Amino acid sequence: MSATTATTAAVTTADARIPLRGHLRHTGALIRRNLLWIKQDPESMFDALLMPVVFTLLFVYVFGGSIGQALGGGQDGYVQYVIPGMIAMMSMSLSQGVGTGFSQDFNSGVMDRFRSLPIGRGSVLFAKISVELARMLFATTVLMIVAVLVGFDITSWPGLFATVGLSAVFASSIMWVFLTLGVVLKNAQSVQAMGFLVLFPLQFGSSIFAPTNSMPGWLQAFTDYNPLSTLADASRGLMVGGPVAHDLWVTLGWSVAITAVMAPVAIHKFRTKS
Amino acid sequence: MAPDTVIGMTRIDKNPRGADSAVTVRGLVKHYGETKALDGVDLDVREGTVMGVLGPNGAGKTTLVRILSTLLSPDAGQATVAGHDVVRQPRQLRRVIGLTGQYASVDEKLPGWENLYMIGRLLDLPRKDARARADELLERFSLTDAAKRPASTYSGGMRRRLDLAASMIGRPEVLFLDEPTTGLDPRTRNEVWDEVKTMVGDGVTVLLTTQYMEEAEQLASELTVVDRGKVIAGGAIDELKAKVGGRTLRVRPVDPTQLRPLASTLDELGITGLAATTVDTDSGAVLVPILSDEQLTAVVGAVTARGITISSITTELPSLDEVFLSLTGHRASAPQDTTPADTREEVAV
Repeated sequence: MSATTATTAAVTTADARIPLRGHLRHTGALIRRNLLWIKQDPESMFDALLMPVVFTLLFVYVFGGSIGQALGGGQDGYVQYVIPGMIAMMSMSLSQGVGTGFSQDFNSGVMDRFRSLPIGRGSVLFAKISVELARMLFATTVLMIVAVLVGFDITSWPGLFATVGLSAVFASSIMWVFLTLGVVLKNAQSVQAMGFLVLFPLQFGSSIFAPTNSMPGWLQAFTDYNPLSTLADASRGLMVGGPVAHDLWVTLGWSVAITAVMAPVAIHKFRTKS
Repeated sequence: MAPDTVIGMTRIDKNPRGADSAVTVRGLVKHYGETKALDGVDLDVREGTVMGVLGPNGAGKTTLVRILSTLLSPDAGQATVAGHDVVRQPRQLRRVIGLTGQYASVDEKLPGWENLYMIGRLLDLPRKDARARADELLERFSLTDAAKRPASTYSGGMRRRLDLAASMIGRPEVLFLDEPTTGLDPRTRNEVWDEVKTMVGDGVTVLLTTQYMEEAEQLASELTVVDRGKVIAGGAIDELKAKVGGRTLRVRPVDPTQLRPLASTLDELGITGLAATTVDTDSGAVLVPILSDEQLTAVVGAVTARGITISSITTELPSLDEVFLSLTGHRASAPQDTTPADTREEVAV
């Protein structure tokens, strides 16, 4: 064992670069760490487990009847309307975890331990993002089980997978925003509070829960540009039929734009945080 | 910013770039806005030795460690650790250092073993070796029984031992210990000291920051005293101790009403150590700073001659305050009091 360590130390030359295998090894070790967190503290999965259940039951049974009536399809029609949007919403809410997790790591000193080790800083990022995406998949699975139980009809499996993929793409762009908040704000609570302030208007000021045509004009102007509306509409098109192309492109455009602006900011803040 | 080069290379201790120097710091500067956390620090740590960096809160100790472990970049100056430049070769540098302290910490949610295994993997040990190393270090730091428990359930001393184990995974050449015993009770502090001594026995070079003279004396062979971002004294610990002038006697009478008579007796002896003789009413003792064993004998003689029964007489190392006082003539970063007297109650009544 000591021979291994000695060799590793000896081969480092003036311009040490981390090989791809090294990055994969480091990311793997950090993913293991994040999974152990969940094992150690299963309550941290409650949001991914309960949110889909609670929201589905709440919207379908409390609001579903009257909104469905207005839509002309009753409660069953509303289930078909709301579930695709819920996938989008779920992904947004869970992407906060990247920010709160980073905030905790900075405050506990673990991040300094990582930063004093010979690993690429990207490994820490990618491990966190991978685990949060896995949590999203888990939450989506739970959501779909509940959805089928309350009467959702999966008419197109490819559409479902495409929706999950699109939500993940958009969520990864939002993760950069939360990452920035996680690095900049003082603690996990602030990240959560700020995240709520950002997400709440975006989620409810959208076409996720109800069609926007009954909203006042000024609000419609907002909801039409809200990427969560286009994400929800594209998901609806993919899963239950209807127009897809326009909403799909707008959503992808938002994802690219948000990533292009926020990823460099997040990486810069992450690198220079002292 | 280039250090003065010694052409002949005969005096290795004068040539910090020689193979013999594990840490070399030249003119290091770091500002936080208006505050100069480091204001031109020079420092050399010879291979296999323990350098104590002594100073009060806010002296710049932690900033120094953070720069040397690549967590912060300096505004000016140079620093190398094990031959690697902190700015230009951070990756190689990180491979040969260990860091334990107020900041770099273990993951509290992970069990002790998992913490060590993860760090082994991050240091590119193969799985099998990372596992063996984790087992080995847990054993060595007496944590085997707690291997599977999350670190959050550990006591303060166990946490600190796990921190030390974590920084030893990569068999570092240079170890940074940033106030390793701050916040620990005396018994746990001794445990940590013992562990550090063992590590030093293995030939690791250590740079240790501390606020306690006692800790520096226990662990370090050389000392650098810093204040407000500047080095104010440095050298072998014995030399500095001689410069600072020794010890303080704590003489405790059996009868507390004898405190004042005892104090005036000792005051009449005219011993002038670092500071005046003082009365510590809280602990019921008279404090006499002394410079030599003869003075200790004289104190014992005077107490006997006066016929005062004492319950204990102990010697203490000078506190950080007293060290500062004798080295700089002012108290450790205390703006309110610059007179060379103690804040403890004066003897003269």
